[in-house]
Amino acid sequence: MSTASRRVEVRAGVSLPIYMDNHATSPLDPRVLEAMMPFFTTRFGNAASRNHSFGWEAEQAVETAREQIAKLIGAAAKEIIFTSGATESDNLAIKGIAEMYRERGNHIITQVTEHKAVLDTCKRLEKYGYRVTYLPVKADGRIDIEDLNRAMDDKTILVSVMAANNEIGVLQPIREIGKICHEKGVLFHTDAVQIIGKAPFNVIADNVDVASISAHKIYGPKGVGALYVRRRNPRVQIAAQIDGGGHERGMRSGTLNVPGIVGLGKACEIAMQEMETEAAYLRGLRDRMKEKLEASLDYIHVNGSMEHRLPGNLNVSFVYVEGESLLMGINDVAVSSGSACTSATLEPSYVLKALGLGDDVAHSSIRFGLGRFNTQAEVDYVADKVIDVVQKLRELSPLYEMVKDGIDLTKIQWQAH
Amino acid sequence: MSYSDKVVDHYNNPRNVGTLDKTAGNVGTGLVGAPECGDVMRLQIRVNPETQVIEEAKFKTFGCGSAIASSSLATEWIQGRTVEDALRIKNTDIVKELSLPPVKIHCSVLAEDAIRAAIGDWKKKNVAAEIAAPETTIAQ
Repeated sequence: MSTASRRVEVRAGVSLPIYMDNHATSPLDPRVLEAMMPFFTTRFGNAASRNHSFGWEAEQAVETAREQIAKLIGAAAKEIIFTSGATESDNLAIKGIAEMYRERGNHIITQVTEHKAVLDTCKRLEKYGYRVTYLPVKADGRIDIEDLNRAMDDKTILVSVMAANNEIGVLQPIREIGKICHEKGVLFHTDAVQIIGKAPFNVIADNVDVASISAHKIYGPKGVGALYVRRRNPRVQIAAQIDGGGHERGMRSGTLNVPGIVGLGKACEIAMQEMETEAAYLRGLRDRMKEKLEASLDYIHVNGSMEHRLPGNLNVSFVYVEGESLLMGINDVAVSSGSACTSATLEPSYVLKALGLGDDVAHSSIRFGLGRFNTQAEVDYVADKVIDVVQKLRELSPLYEMVKDGIDLTKIQWQAH
Repeated sequence: MSYSDKVVDHYNNPRNVGTLDKTAGNVGTGLVGAPECGDVMRLQIRVNPETQVIEEAKFKTFGCGSAIASSSLATEWIQGRTVEDALRIKNTDIVKELSLPPVKIHCSVLAEDAIRAAIGDWKKKNVAAEIAAPETTIAQ
């Protein structure tokens, strides 16, 4: 088996293994690495050192990054707080607001397909006496705005709904959500990790008050993220969750990860310049993949809205084939599956189940996450390989045979074990 | 998850994939598992009525690589054995042969269940046909 560090060319323009799991993480863009390098070596100063040039240089680099990030999302530089990543950003936003606005109310609204960084944070707050409403999603993966309206009450202090989902790439109607929040004087946090640099996102136009950002999903380094915290209309206050030297306007203490922050800034600058052409490119690749799969295979099901979706995402269930066995057949392609067998909990994806899919369809799903460095030749190779393995596994599948024989699988008494 | 060489071999070259006529009197069919659980095995046997030897075994499995390998191995092992002998195969034998990790033990349990279900189905057909035959315990 090939390893990621030693790639082998198997077809013109195709070296194995192929990385197609860009929602999990993305490779560091060489331009980002180049920008970061000096801050590991000669320019190693602490951005909080106020009395020598090493500190000033680091501080200058951090402020440049703050501006690059702010520009990408339509914010002001002062509204960007650096963190260790989006999980911390989500925790800081939700816990920090819950704590700060406790006297105003104790009700938080979120939705069921959020990332665990949001869901588990909300669960913890429930233990501390907060009430949390988890809105359902429709079959296309989006919440119903009417459900949000109904869930609001006079104790609601925060709504947290992601901009784009990490499994199915579905975009939530954040602009409408933000509008309702602003009308009712409720703060709106969005986990913007997957949308940043992939699809248009503007904190002013989208009525966002607080937004979580991660570097490593946009070809930046791991271990660094940011939180956008609105300063005007309304001014959002957040109680620090990490105390210390009062860095980041007192909201997040700790010596800044200067090389990481420089990398995040550079990644945002590149995204700003290239997002439009890149989105069109990725949409082309994604649609090509989908068309090829649909042309050769029956019983395939695209999970989530195709209309409101990230350009690089394709989440497909190959019904009557189990996801892990499919991954095993394409082991030189890095993708992920919603199958229980691939998860630590042995439960199929809660996101797919929330769409109303049966467990059997969730077990059959594969997420293709296309990114900046994928090529058409790779898409063609992966599509051919997937088609080949799915056909082979369906030859092995008693379910596929039964369905082809006209048997209704829902009428069978299965022996669950 | 990394797989043992034997699991990979059964996955790449599954033995005895196919379908027997489930209406035939000398064929027993076991269908175990459930689609919601992510694994369904169908194991079929054709038994010689004189010798009670399993002359042919076929399977089809919806499931992970370990589930496919467990059922493929099961068909290999039961072919040529008498039904009574086949019932002696334990899931732990399969775990050992395929070096299954703890999280995959249920795949081997399912394969053992599939053997028992197929033999049970065959016995049911043949006990009904031959009322004179002595009562035997039907697995499960």
